Amino acid sequence: MEKFTKINGVAAPMPLINIDTDMIIPKLFLKTIKRSGLGKNLFDEMRYDDAGNEVPDFVLNKPAYRNAQIIVAGDNFGCGSSREHAPWALLDFGIRVVISTSFADIFYSNCFKNGILPIILPQEDIDKLMDDAERGANAVLNIDLENQTITGPDGGEVSFEVDAFKKHCLINGLDDIGLTMQKSDAIAAFEAQNATSMPWV
Amino acid sequence: MTAKTLYDKIWDAHLVSTDDDGTSLLYIDRHLVHEVTSPQAFEGLRNAGRKVHAPDKTIAVPDHNVPTTLDRLEGEVKNEESRVQLDALEKNALDFGVHYYPVDDIRQGIVHIVGPEQGWTLPGMTVVCGDSHTATHGAFGALAHGIGTSEVEHVLATQTLIQAKSKNMKVEITGKLQPGVTAKDITMHVIGETGTAGGTGYVIEYCGEAIEALSMEGRMTVCNMAIEGGARAGLIAPDQKTFDYVMGRPHAPKGAQWEAALAYWKTLFSDENAVFDLVLTIRAEDIEPSVTWGTSPEDVLPISGNVPHASDFEGGKVEAAQRALDYMGLEAGMKLTDIKIDTVFIGSCTNGRIEDFREVAKIVEGKKIKSGMRAMVVPGSGLVRAQAEEEGIAQILKDAGFEWRLAGCSMCLAMNPDQLAPEERCASTSNRNFEGRQGRNSRTHLVSPAMAAAAALTGHLTDVRDL
Repeated sequence: MEKFTKINGVAAPMPLINIDTDMIIPKLFLKTIKRSGLGKNLFDEMRYDDAGNEVPDFVLNKPAYRNAQIIVAGDNFGCGSSREHAPWALLDFGIRVVISTSFADIFYSNCFKNGILPIILPQEDIDKLMDDAERGANAVLNIDLENQTITGPDGGEVSFEVDAFKKHCLINGLDDIGLTMQKSDAIAAFEAQNATSMPWV
Repeated sequence: MTAKTLYDKIWDAHLVSTDDDGTSLLYIDRHLVHEVTSPQAFEGLRNAGRKVHAPDKTIAVPDHNVPTTLDRLEGEVKNEESRVQLDALEKNALDFGVHYYPVDDIRQGIVHIVGPEQGWTLPGMTVVCGDSHTATHGAFGALAHGIGTSEVEHVLATQTLIQAKSKNMKVEITGKLQPGVTAKDITMHVIGETGTAGGTGYVIEYCGEAIEALSMEGRMTVCNMAIEGGARAGLIAPDQKTFDYVMGRPHAPKGAQWEAALAYWKTLFSDENAVFDLVLTIRAEDIEPSVTWGTSPEDVLPISGNVPHASDFEGGKVEAAQRALDYMGLEAGMKLTDIKIDTVFIGSCTNGRIEDFREVAKIVEGKKIKSGMRAMVVPGSGLVRAQAEEEGIAQILKDAGFEWRLAGCSMCLAMNPDQLAPEERCASTSNRNFEGRQGRNSRTHLVSPAMAAAAALTGHLTDVRDL
């Protein structure tokens, strides 16, 4: 997993609430057996018309936002299915940060496994950042994970909370499985005890 | 001793370790696997030279992509990408030695129907799957939730998950349901109350007289859609109905182990003084047959209602509601019962069980579906299909004009050929009405099996109580 320390990038505004995983990556594109290459189909049904042409009004099709690395979104971003194809598609497009008032549980967790930082902020901060994000090519936000701050184009700073363990893994690009395998003795002990106390499991 | 909720008890019984910051390693008793969210996880294992830690606790079954037409066993799956994914699951299952139910096995079906049916899902267990509707298994008093593919790989490699504990929510449904109101209406009504983010950060325990009165099938329907309310998981405390359902299933304990298991399962309830962070109480009498009008599962109304105006809402929901009205092609203010339906889909992990089909058969027996209506019933498993045929239900459905399909996820998410055309309007017993869910620009109204049957007969959304 790519390490995440600082991102200085354009933020795209997506104020719609309840942006679900079917919007982020429609099921048509879940038939892959790879993790890569999904960026071109990110937000497919909003981004392209029935003939496959770009919808000019869609935010990520506008010239200023084509290289966005950040999305400022409405409430409950990523609701719906467990498909990790959603963060894979975001990452493949180049998105490294999503900021919202709330995220669906599984999507939130999936982001951290892929080097994407989901940031939860109160509505008033979102309103301000949404305002910043509306500024097209000038909508540049600086995200500093180490210091847990977002700096806007006017120099205004917003702090955010993040779970210490998740932050540690993101900053160091750590593989969870390797970390857990260091606890293999504890897992073996748990299994040995359960084999006696709950042999039916 | 501190009073504990059911969730607290299951959590505590599965803790392998807890770090100072509260991050915990939770042991996983059952890992269900399907073809869409697992190929990258198995590839990850192969690349790292890792094995599946507990193949005996890992169960693989193809469901999302499989065709449900009767000719599916003749020749190959036509869609190449689907075929590659199905072949990958088979190869991975065989290579890594996990339990596997291939497409031509009568036990094949939707993973969340197969798990309970085969006795893999038992009270007090932790159950995960790379699928958000894993919440279904909570009906047994098992802590069950969906995970992403990275976590699938983590569970395959270690049989554990790194987790932070959720908060406890209690949803109590007091009193008795009115005739014509079902488990599906309960779970939709609850989401209408909480919103799709109302359960975020919580595990919900459903309880109360109306929940206790439900069959196991009904309880699975309720827990299935806990995720649509944003909850990590839904739970119902096991009782005699649970034990009766589990007893004798192929992978349920037998003999002395059954007795030991039963003694343990009887301790699985929330203690009287257990503290819930949030409590929601709903009177069963207040629940009507429910339908969705929009493109979020929270867009729920009683069938007696009217399509809302965007201005009825506040904040970001105003824009979302207008977008939903436009997408759904509905006029604000119109009666829900005036909405014409093109297609009826009955099936999915929400409503693809025998009880659902019995309910439909009762309503359509001796009648014909509306002329021109496309209607299909897709059993949740080969065994559900066989049972429905044995009970004469399949014949009743076919005589009424329904297509009677083979088992799979089908039109719930339309990854196989079962899809809606643009602007085609469907009364569906599935769980999500998102934009494009059942096909690009398709229009979905979520309903119970009884309400789907009623719509199939009349050609429009219909209060099943009026038939």
